[in-house]
Order: sequence, then C-alpha cells, then structure tokens
Amino acid sequence: MSDGQTKQFGKGQRTVPAQKAQKWYPVDDESQPKKVRKTLRPTKLRESLKPGTILILLAGRFRGKRVVLLKHLDQGVLLVTGPFKINGVPLRRVNSRYVIATSTHVDITGVDAKTVEKVSATDYFTKEKSNDKKSEEAFFKQGEKPQKKVVASARASDQKAIDQSILASVKKEVFLGSYLASTFSLRNGDKPHEMKW
Amino acid sequence: MADIDVKVAQWKLVEVGRVVLIRSGPFTGKLAAIVEIVDHRRVLVDGPSTEENKIVPRHVLPLAHATLTHFVIPQLPRAAGTGPVRKLWQKNEIDGKWAKSSIAQKTDRAERRKNLNDFERFKVLRLRKQARYEVQKAHAKLRAAAPKA
Repeated sequence: MSDGQTKQFGKGQRTVPAQKAQKWYPVDDESQPKKVRKTLRPTKLRESLKPGTILILLAGRFRGKRVVLLKHLDQGVLLVTGPFKINGVPLRRVNSRYVIATSTHVDITGVDAKTVEKVSATDYFTKEKSNDKKSEEAFFKQGEKPQKKVVASARASDQKAIDQSILASVKKEVFLGSYLASTFSLRNGDKPHEMKW
Repeated sequence: MADIDVKVAQWKLVEVGRVVLIRSGPFTGKLAAIVEIVDHRRVLVDGPSTEENKIVPRHVLPLAHATLTHFVIPQLPRAAGTGPVRKLWQKNEIDGKWAKSSIAQKTDRAERRKNLNDFERFKVLRLRKQARYEVQKAHAKLRAAAPKA
C-alpha cells in the first residue's frame, strides 16, 4: 500500500490513503478470453491425389473435364493442367474437395520443374490491376466494340512449357488422349458410390 | 389317327446329385450338389470344390435360395458323405463344366465390367463403337449387293 497522510481526528488519528478505493465495482466478473487451441497445419490431401494422377473436375467452369494433377500447392489447393491442347483446361488451381481421383496416372517426370516453381508462386494467378481508369468516355465506347481479352503471352508460354512433356507421355498410350479430351458425366443407372475410379 | 410323338420332358428336377447355384446367403454365387432332400422346401447340399474359395460346407439350404443347373452328378448315393461327393464331383468335372456354361461366363463378365476403372470403361466404350462400326459396314455392303426385292 502506498503511504498516505496521517491525520488527527480529535483524540485519535488515522492514516488516509493517498489513493481512494474505488467506490463502485462491476457486478459481473470480467470474462477471460478463451485460449485458442487451434494450430495452423498444412493441408493433408487424400492418398489418391499423387502428382500425375488424372482427376475429374466436379465443379466450376471446367466441370466434367479430365485433367492431370501436377502438384500440391502450399496454398492448400491442387495445381492441374488439361493439357490445354487436348481439352482446353489451362494451368489452374482447384480445390481437392471438388475432384475425383482416378486410378490412371500420366508420367510427369519430364515436366519443366522451373516453370512449375514459377507457376506455384503465390501471386502467379492473381489478377493484375488494370491501369486504365473507367472514364465516362470509356463507358460510352463500351457498346461499340467489345475489347477482346488478351491472354498474357507469358502465361501461354508457361502453359506450353509444362504441357510439352505431358503431351508426349500421353501420346504413348492408346486412347489416353481421347480419354482426356472426353468429359465425364453420369448416365442412367450409374452409381458413383459403387463405381471404381 | 395322327401320329403323336410323346417325348419325355426335360425338366431340371430337384434330385440327389443335382448341382445347384446358391443365390443368397453367405455362399452366394457358389455351387453345391444336392445330397439329400429334407422336405419340399429344403435340401441338404455339399459343395466340395477343389478350390479353397469355392467350397460350400455341408448344410441345409432352402430351395428358394437355389437355382437348379443343368448338371447332375449321376449315381450319387443318397446322403453320401463329403468324401465320396468330392470324388464324384472331381470325376464329373463339375467346376470345369460350370466355368464353360453361359451363366458362369455372363456373371464373370458382369463382375469384370463392374470392377473396371474410369479409363478402362472409356476404352470399352471406344472399342465397342469400333466393333459396331465394322459390323454396320459389312452389313451395308451385303445390303447393297442383295437383289432389290
């Protein structure tokens, strides 16, 4: 306790504390924030999702397409490629939940590792900020001729570099190319839970 | 009087020695021979195949759970034990004959088709298409060559 003043009150004396005690106390106890027991863990993917596996995409713009799995990205997603020349699916990140892994594999040992490294960088797939501000003038021009979206030539060349060796190994097996080109869908009487993949 | 040709009907009978295909229960899809008829609904069967996974132990089987096959083990004594049944089973080559029968071949094919993976299913689709194309081509040729009716 801090030493207060000693004051005389008639005959007796007592010390008056320098700092007065609080007059009001909160009714409730102050709640202690809960300790978070979660930890950041790397995603653990299914055993069947090995690089080189042929996957069937189940959601999104390319649903039903059969694609080749390239790599597990540390962003917690899968990096896949069509190959683009066969089925039009570009290098793409997909969620492993929306994918069926088949038991068919493609040899991807010859894939250019440097390009894969480049593609798996965090900001590879992010959209570049557009430089041209939306002006009133541009708004009225819109109706005249829609500008065609240009694919960045770097993207296209990366795609080619990666697909090159995959295409070669796909060619080695009969029907594999047309298999990748075909899309998957359920027919009458198909029971996906009973089918072997 | 007209000639009347009387033929003995070729029924598959529930008889001692008849080989049956078991259709439900733990021995589904396996073969066994009728050893004794218990009553009009149940029979005693025994399937002493040489292959381990095809053996059916001697037990009473409701006939509703069995399909009669064309095969009979001739002169199987009534209530013969597993030993003699096995001997006659091998002598009559029941397993070999069964493997050649159309029902066994069909179930084999169905089983194989069921266990195909996605790529194999695709290959089946493609090959069937190719075969169909060849058949249709040959048929069209014959049709063109045939005289107009």
